Amino acid sequence: MTIAHHLDDATLMRYASGDLDEAFLVVVATHLAMCDRCRKAVRDAEELGGEMLFACEPADMNPAALNALLNRIDTDEDAGKPVSPRPQPVQGGLPAPLARKVGQSLDTVSWRRIAPGVKRHVIDTDTATSSSLYMLWIAPGVAVPEHGHGGSEMTLILSGAYRDDLGRFGPGDIADLDEHVEHQPRVEDGAPCICLIATETRARFSGLIGRLMQPFVGI
Amino acid sequence: MAPGATQVKTLERYDGDPDFTALMSRICERDRAAFETLFVHFGPRVKALMLKSGAEHSVAEDIVQDVFMSVWRKADYYAPERGTVSTWIFSIARNARIDRLRRQSSKPYEDISEMELEAPDPDAEEELALVQRADKVADAMVELPDEQRQIIELAYMHDMPQSEIAKRLSLPLGTVKSRMRLAYAKLKQKLEEIR
Repeated sequence: MTIAHHLDDATLMRYASGDLDEAFLVVVATHLAMCDRCRKAVRDAEELGGEMLFACEPADMNPAALNALLNRIDTDEDAGKPVSPRPQPVQGGLPAPLARKVGQSLDTVSWRRIAPGVKRHVIDTDTATSSSLYMLWIAPGVAVPEHGHGGSEMTLILSGAYRDDLGRFGPGDIADLDEHVEHQPRVEDGAPCICLIATETRARFSGLIGRLMQPFVGI
Repeated sequence: MAPGATQVKTLERYDGDPDFTALMSRICERDRAAFETLFVHFGPRVKALMLKSGAEHSVAEDIVQDVFMSVWRKADYYAPERGTVSTWIFSIARNARIDRLRRQSSKPYEDISEMELEAPDPDAEEELALVQRADKVADAMVELPDEQRQIIELAYMHDMPQSEIAKRLSLPLGTVKSRMRLAYAKLKQKLEEIR
């Protein structure tokens, strides 16, 4: 998979430090599962955490902590095993962070039509968050109304492709956009585009179609 | 433990510190003394991380116990060619912080690290470069301007969301983001020197 659009460096650091809410974490982790380059970049960003942990001023521990821990490992039910078995590769299917939410295949996702040529599947989050997480299915040739963002928005392409001012976005590409960016994606002819989206707050569509679509798309 | 572990021994940076990579190999062999040594060094630091992140003492102690149970159980997952022991422990601690303090699920992080384990080991050239990684990361930290270091410390050590960092420092969110990007660029530039 050739990926042209990657995570913003600030997003890499938010992932490494643990500062993404559930909606954005699912999108970022799904991209990471598809993108070798961003996985490496995240490892670098995590090294900063390792360095800060290594160099930080140690806190006073409860003197009983070490013995409590040693007792726990002695009575650990896994103690008999030399080491935990390494996880087995999962064959095929969607990346694990997305599969947890929608199942193994895009074919079994239930879509709800929200506008001509646009279907949506809302993904429930387990934790309370002001962000929303959903997938869109957009028919070939359809242009999504021009919109800016009230907050950050991330769009990860799962299949098909669209184009906008920023270029072509195909499978694995992520549009990691700031609040100020306006864009008007148009899906390429030939195949529908399925994407996974997290938005911080409702995006503002401009123009008449946008205002008509707003209550349906809810983005 | 993966081949190449012995090369990484040179990661030891400060006189008198134990060789953590060698300790990890011994922990894989269920060596309790090695585990104790690792705990004595990192336990109080993981606790400090949790305190800075806003945990009460008792909760912080509790999380330290959980983090080190994971270290013991998952010792074999540690891959020296992919990063330092401190970074591996940081990531386990970060996941525990997400689960316990943010009350979110760290499962997506586990999915990604499990994928990493399935990926083929890096080639010899990449491995050689990784030997010097910790030094380069430390250099990058030292060379960061205070205004950037402060932001990444608040993010990584104090578990502060970027929006809160902006409020706390009375900066526009965009400035916080751009300083994070600059800090990452410095890190990348340092790491490029060995790639």
